Parts: sequence; structure tokens; C-alpha cells
Amino acid sequence: MSIRHPIGDDLLLGFAAGTLPAAHDLVVATAVSLDDDARARLGGFETLGGALLEQADAAPVGDDALTAVLGRLDEEEDMAPPRRICGGIFPAPLQDAVGGDLAAVRWRPVGMGARQAVLHRSPRGTARLLSIPAGQAMPDHSHRGTELTLVLTGAFRDGDLRFARGDLQVADASTEHRPTAEPAEDCICLVVTDAPLRFAGLLPRLFQRFLGI
Amino acid sequence: MSARPEPETHVAETEKDDAHWTAQMIAVGAARDRAAFEDLFRHYAPRIKAFLIRTGLAPPVAEDCMQDVMVTLWRKAHLYDPARASVATWVFTIARNRKIDMIRKTRRPEPEDLTWGPEAEPSQADVVAMRQESARLAQAVAELPERQRDLVQRAFFGEATHSEIAAATGLPMGTIKSRIRLAITRLREAMPEGTADRDRDGT
Repeated sequence: MSIRHPIGDDLLLGFAAGTLPAAHDLVVATAVSLDDDARARLGGFETLGGALLEQADAAPVGDDALTAVLGRLDEEEDMAPPRRICGGIFPAPLQDAVGGDLAAVRWRPVGMGARQAVLHRSPRGTARLLSIPAGQAMPDHSHRGTELTLVLTGAFRDGDLRFARGDLQVADASTEHRPTAEPAEDCICLVVTDAPLRFAGLLPRLFQRFLGI
Repeated sequence: MSARPEPETHVAETEKDDAHWTAQMIAVGAARDRAAFEDLFRHYAPRIKAFLIRTGLAPPVAEDCMQDVMVTLWRKAHLYDPARASVATWVFTIARNRKIDMIRKTRRPEPEDLTWGPEAEPSQADVVAMRQESARLAQAVAELPERQRDLVQRAFFGEATHSEIAAATGLPMGTIKSRIRLAITRLREAMPEGTADRDRDGT
């Protein structure tokens, strides 16, 4: 699978450093699961983190800390297994957020055949799944903050650009964009915003109020 | 506590290099070697705690978090892959994740894990190459002009914004990326059939 619009280094570095909001962590973890080159770039930034840790000044740690840790080594504790490749439509981190694969999503209509499912909402960012019917445009909208759209199934076009599974579109406040799903199948995306979307038309704006887009 | 086995060799802290820590980590993972773990603790615990304090945790919270990180290190030692990351890098990611999980009280989303197939393991050449590239990057960080090194640190300690992070240039990120990319390709090839992503063509 070739990724034409890969996730950028700024997000990967933020993820490596652990400074991103939770909603953004979800889109990065999902994108990296679909793009081995991004995984390698992330690994590079994590190596940088390791170098900084290695070079950090040591803080005082007492022998009692070592004793306490040694005393815990034999404790039985539920250790969640590491996430493995799950082979589903959604990569593992997204399945964790949904509580299952595509079939487990609890969709709600947002008008014009589009559906959404909010996965995470906090003041710093919202993560939602968005399903755009085949051949249809996402409701016209702009936004105050940055919008990250990761394609999971299907593909959409925006102007001259095509975005398919694993591609990430970054739209900032000045972008009045209009993603249109390709006619072959519905396009399902993970969309992360750091400020509420604003839809251009009156009706969608009402939807926005009721549905918390 | 009963008499603990002493480490076999007594090496001055300053003489211990990345190869030493890799060997100790593997000893913990493969043989549950407590002496090796104590050695790792004495080296990494103070650095983990300092890192956590620097990223904004109060010292008593950083102490608790550090202890959790060291316990996790013991429990997950068998998952450590020296072809993909230095010990310092692996410790860093565990500390970062533990801190975020503590603050959010929920588990942070992580990319899917890639693991070696049942019959496969990394080659020594790949392990050595990974260690060398990590050391080279660490050296490059140490040699950065102070202003630039400060920017890189600020990025990692949460004191900088995204756009400032982009200024963390001048580091040879390309070579380490290529090295990790190679390790990922080897992993993909070694993974059991049926675990690959449905759209992946194996390249």
C-alpha cells in the first residue's frame, strides 16, 4: 500500500515527545499503524527522546526505591497484552477506541446521508469517525482550528488531490475544502479537530448545534 | 531480602556503554536476571525520574511513576527488540506512556505492535547497526550548538509548540529512520501469515 499523503513530522515528533492531546494521539497511532515509513520516522524521534533521557541529569533515587521495586517484581498483575496486528478494517488503536471493528461503530446521522460517531471529546480536541456516502460531498465547512482527516476505507477527492486508506489530509483554519467521496464505496475517515467545525449552510449549522459536531 | 546475586562483572558506571545496557536488558528478558535488572535500575531510574520532573511532574509523583516504569521494564523485558531501538529509547517510550496514562487515567493509544514470528529473531548485525545509529544520533544531539539543543529539549519536555519543534533541525534523522525502516521490513517478512494488514502488499 502506498501512502501518497503521509502524516507529517510535526505530529510524529509531538507523539514521540508525548505532548499531543488525546484525540491527536489516536489519529497518529492509527496512521502509523497503516504506514511503515511513518512508523520509522516516529522511531527516529523516539530515538531522539532516548538520547535526551540518557543525557539527562540524574535525579536522586534512594535505595528504598530499589527495594520497593524489587518487592513488586513477583507480583501478579494484569498486564494488558501488547496490541498486535489485528487484521481488521480498523487498526488496533482505533479498535480500542471504538470497542470493536467497523461493525461495532454506533453511527448517528449528521444529514445528507453522512454519519458520525464521536470517539473522544475534550477541550483540546475531538476525534470522530465520519462516513460519507459514495459519490457525495462532505457538508461544506470551515473551522477555526486544524482538522486532520485520516482515510480508513474508500477514498475521497478534494480538488485535484485523492486521499485513500492511510492518507492524512491536514486542513487549517483558512482552508474552505470540500472532500467528495469517490463513487465506488462509502468513505470512512477518522477526523480530529482542535476546535468545533463550522458548516457553511444554515441547515448543517442547526445539525451542528444539535449533534455537537 | 536474601542474598542477591552480585553482577558478574564490576564495571565503572562511566565505562558502561550502549552494548552493556542491551546485554543487561536481554539478560532480564531471557533469564529474569535480577542482578542485571538492578544494574539497569541504578543507571536508568535517576534519569527517568529527572525526565519526568522536567516534563512537569512533582518529584513525589515522578518517583511513583518511575517505580511503575521500572516494574514495567521488568515485566515487558522479553518484548524488547534490540534491532529496533536502543535500551534508552525503549525506556523513554515506557516512561512517556506511563506518565500520560497516569495523567489521563486511561491507556494512551499506541500503534499496533510488530513482533517477530515464532521462528525468527533479529540478526546480530542488525542489532549492532541499530545500536551504532542510535549512538550516532545521541552524539549529534550532544554536539548541537547550545541554542539548537535547547530547542530539541524544549520540544521533548513539552515546553515548545509544534511549529517550534520543526526548528529541531540539523540532526541526522534520515539515517536512523532508514535503519528502523529496514528493521520494520524484516519484521513484516518474519511475521506469521494472516497477521499482515489486509491491504498490505508486503513491500
